[in-house]
Amino acid sequence: MKFSLTWLKDHLETEATADQVAATLNAIGLEVESVEDPAAKLAGFRIARVLTAEKHPQADKLQVLTVDTGDGNPLQVVCGAPNARAGLVGVLGLPGALVPSNGMELRKSAIRGVESNGMMCSSRELELSDDHEGIIELPADAPVGMPFAEYRGADPVFDIAITPNRPDCMGVHGIARDLAAAGLGKLKPIAAQAVPGSFPCPREIRTDDPEGCPAFYGRIVRGVKNGSSPQWIQDRLKSAGQRPISALVDLTNFVMLAYGRPAHAYDLAQLSRGVTARRAREGETCVALNGKEYALDAGMTVIADEAGVHDIAGIMGGEHSGCSEATTDVLLEIAYFDPLRIAETGRKLNLTSDARSRFERGVDPGFLDAGLEILTTLIIETCGGEASEAVRAGTPPAALKTVAYDPARAAQLGGEDIPEVEQKRILAALGFTVGADWTVTVPGWRPDIDSWPDIVEEVVRIHGLDAVASTPLPRADGVAKPTATPVQRLERRLRRAAAARGLNEAITWSFLPEGEADHFADGNGGLWLLENPISEDMMAMRPSLLPGLLAATRRNLDRGASGLRLFEIGRRYLRGEAGRSDERLSLGVVLAGEKTSRGWSNGKTAEFDAFDAKAEALALLAEAGAPVDNLMVMAEAGSQFHPGQSATLRLGPKTVLARFGMLHPSTLKAFDIDVPVAAVELFLDAIPAKKRAAGFARVSYAPPPLQAVTRDFAFLVPVATPAGDLARAVRGADKANIVSVRLFDDFRGQGVPDGQKSLAVEVTLQPGEKSYDEAELKAIAERITAAAAKLGAVLRG
Amino acid sequence: MGRRASGPEALRDGAIAPNGSALQTLTDLGKVDIAATGTEALARIAAAQDLDTIEGLRVSFLGKQGSISGLLKTLGGMSPEARQVEGPKIHGLRETVTNALAERKAALEGAALEARLSAETIDLTLPAPEAPKGSIHPVSQVMDELAEIFADMGFAVASGPEIEDDWHNFTALNMPESHPARAMHDTFYFPSDAPSGTRTLLRTHTSPVQIRTMLSEGAPLRIIAPGRVYRSDSDATHTPMFHQVEGLVIDKGIHLGHLKWTLETFLKAFFERDDIVLRLRPSYFPFTEPSVEVDTGYSFEGGRRVIGGSGDDPGHAWMELLGSGMINRHVIAAGGLDPDEWQGFAFGAGIDRLAMLKYGMNDLRAFFDGDVRWLRHYGFSMLDMPTLSGGVGTPA
Repeated sequence: MKFSLTWLKDHLETEATADQVAATLNAIGLEVESVEDPAAKLAGFRIARVLTAEKHPQADKLQVLTVDTGDGNPLQVVCGAPNARAGLVGVLGLPGALVPSNGMELRKSAIRGVESNGMMCSSRELELSDDHEGIIELPADAPVGMPFAEYRGADPVFDIAITPNRPDCMGVHGIARDLAAAGLGKLKPIAAQAVPGSFPCPREIRTDDPEGCPAFYGRIVRGVKNGSSPQWIQDRLKSAGQRPISALVDLTNFVMLAYGRPAHAYDLAQLSRGVTARRAREGETCVALNGKEYALDAGMTVIADEAGVHDIAGIMGGEHSGCSEATTDVLLEIAYFDPLRIAETGRKLNLTSDARSRFERGVDPGFLDAGLEILTTLIIETCGGEASEAVRAGTPPAALKTVAYDPARAAQLGGEDIPEVEQKRILAALGFTVGADWTVTVPGWRPDIDSWPDIVEEVVRIHGLDAVASTPLPRADGVAKPTATPVQRLERRLRRAAAARGLNEAITWSFLPEGEADHFADGNGGLWLLENPISEDMMAMRPSLLPGLLAATRRNLDRGASGLRLFEIGRRYLRGEAGRSDERLSLGVVLAGEKTSRGWSNGKTAEFDAFDAKAEALALLAEAGAPVDNLMVMAEAGSQFHPGQSATLRLGPKTVLARFGMLHPSTLKAFDIDVPVAAVELFLDAIPAKKRAAGFARVSYAPPPLQAVTRDFAFLVPVATPAGDLARAVRGADKANIVSVRLFDDFRGQGVPDGQKSLAVEVTLQPGEKSYDEAELKAIAERITAAAAKLGAVLRG
Repeated sequence: MGRRASGPEALRDGAIAPNGSALQTLTDLGKVDIAATGTEALARIAAAQDLDTIEGLRVSFLGKQGSISGLLKTLGGMSPEARQVEGPKIHGLRETVTNALAERKAALEGAALEARLSAETIDLTLPAPEAPKGSIHPVSQVMDELAEIFADMGFAVASGPEIEDDWHNFTALNMPESHPARAMHDTFYFPSDAPSGTRTLLRTHTSPVQIRTMLSEGAPLRIIAPGRVYRSDSDATHTPMFHQVEGLVIDKGIHLGHLKWTLETFLKAFFERDDIVLRLRPSYFPFTEPSVEVDTGYSFEGGRRVIGGSGDDPGHAWMELLGSGMINRHVIAAGGLDPDEWQGFAFGAGIDRLAMLKYGMNDLRAFFDGDVRWLRHYGFSMLDMPTLSGGVGTPA
């Protein structure tokens, strides 16, 4: 909402400066987005009188002027305007001034060999109008030497953001009311004089849709001349950013902007018989004033005559019946439309307008008559003509809301103990009526007020939020408990653990191109696809963290990175029961390209392999508190992975905690990546929650007094037997004595039969009370050999 | 020099007995010249160039068949008088030789070690193996900072789904179906397939967590809820995904003054400046009443916005930092609580923006690009854990 200070002063008696007005607007919740000060724009321009005008010696169309700027030292100025002549009083731009229309800085210069010390300006150059026929001509008595901004009464323009709850401030009068309440001046009453009709309204005005259009007031003004509107109207509309069109259009706009009251004027000649507010019929269309055709439906209210629809009610008039220069008789419409109906219709048609934004927020149902009289008066003053009697079809909702209020609430909710008398003053200034028992009657222009907190807000915002004293929250009694949940703590811990392992945390989009999401979507019940994505690249909610990290990997590789270690912790979005959202916390790691670059000690570069992924998976799972010693390495990491170099880590056969390995070449191709990539995905939601211990003391422990013993065993096993199975079998051979089993050799070739491999394990035995004797060691070895034999392993000689 | 004298001088001292009888007796007994034996032994030891030679000499002098061992054995056959004379000389000889052997051995060992070490010299200007340096994303870091700051004020951390329904995201927050404010939210929707008519959408703010937490926890409540939110908006300063933190306090007797204190305390702690000045402006949010927008003063230093001071101070201006207000009674009721019994406040702020203002990033889009150069530059060490004792922020 834009308006000038002058316009504001039509409604507010005040001596306040623009700065004071802006500060007060901000303080009472009418946020100032900008104050445009034309005085600043016109700095450097002064009133000057042309003393002499002679033809330029080198150019036919130019004149050389001497100009009096009031300081007794006339300046020489070259000017090309046809109207430049001795005696003219105009506006001179001095060197250093910026021309508002093009931002050029004026300089002392020579034009065709003649010195020029400034520029006599046209209206267009100063952005005062479109006139560029010649230089500005001011009255002969305009004070020479005065800054032009001062002479013109430079009028600052405020641009304020109106929150959706304040339709009353979508008119200058409402803004003035708020400012007056805040002590910035006195609100001028609205002068709405009843215009007596000189003849009965010859056309029927009716509402057949009392729900959508409870009230439709109107009248006819005949014999008007639709020329241009007066300058003061034009000035005000221009300050609001509106282009003057014609008197009838300008005046309806003026009433809307001054009072927040939309109105419409139909060219009576274009209407056949009377007008009716009714529901649109299926299949009806209307070409609106913006030239576009809209398909209407039965949920929308329209204004129509016998021939068809002339107005999408409360939103936009029709092109057909709009006023033109030829218009002589007009039908004025001042109606009350149901806010919900307008909002729905506007949304369905995707059509915004100044009228819609006011009607859908709620215009004052008590301002129909006044609005009609003000508009009629303005039209007759400007365009002549005579008015018919007013027609009032239907009745606007008249009941005013009341709110039971208690002035103590200001302190209870607003934190500021405001004296009752001041509260009463504020409410009265805003148009509320306060009863003796503090029953507050809400004015019709405040549809947003419906309960006591609203009243507190009114009182506190006008009294001033600055006055509210900071009040510390009481500290909770008792011992501080962790404020993060176990899952949040897990997330934090893993994040720092991953960073400690040299991984860089990325945050990638939650949405992906559908193809990339699809590549990772197997077996989770379908992707979440947005109905209105911002682009195709942000269409599908990620079913995995890997595709986002791979896209980041590609971008980094494109920028010349050779090795990448990226991770992200976040949600993947799956379909849960009945299609509901199932968001699961996961951690993705991508290790791409070079693990180590070529070096003086290690020679060539080394690339990441599946064991790097396994190392990350296990280390991070261990940090997450997963029982890593009990995990099984099983296949089925998914089709995105290299089938022979990937696996899952499971706790039991069904609970998959992680998958890791090298990515499938087809995955890399889909992401346009040409280096090998190892990846890990940790399913944090699958990690069993640790039971929170009752206290902090650890399980008792004393290091065993006797030293542990290690023994090596080498077995021949079929090539297909997983080493992990052998290690697990050995480990289980004697749980009392074996504390760890480490596989340290996997050999095939000379000395090992075809189809077999040699696996060597180092077994660590922990004696208890006394050292092992030979017999005991032998027995343990036999148990180990026997356990391995169950897998087909044969002890190597 | 704490050691006893040894070598030829000592031998000579021993050899010159005051009565001269030693030499006589030796000559008598021995056909062996102890002094000469000693001199020769010492010369050979001094000439030895390796440890093997030293060991050979030790055996030849002191081994079972060694020459000095042989002399010692002769003592057994001597008369007590002769033994008294010869004993010390022979023992002296043995000690002298033993010491000389040890000394020479140590010298040779020292030389050998020195030679080995010299051969082992390496060029330490060569680079050491590189350990990859990990980093924490600034958004995560700032979320941790917020959790820490608010923990001190007793706020727990809550969360909720990002794929929400329109009831939690809008209706329960006092934005019914046709509410104009809904249109201001640039909402991402999913195709509606639910016959119930509820729409599934990406949450446009963290405020639905208010409702969910009220419903699940009841009152009183003090929570913050950081997380991802989504708006269908993309330009230089807006990304369709960003991060917000919601704050919610519900208790008895909570008023606007508490909100003011909480925001002041939070922002001062976050920016670690005492001169944070807030300007509260009345505003409108459907879910709060009264509603307050909060501006903070800032100035430009070195082309960057620096929070601090009053926006009305010279060279300063106000910037909108967060939205807040006393929770609307409808919202409290939607959260299953009695609005006559409980009241409270809520606020919401952009985490990415807080991070940018504090740590000096200027491009929001870079946050979600994953450029490792950016991540390493603006990221944090895993050891930069925000703590109250160590400082919540990490200095540059």
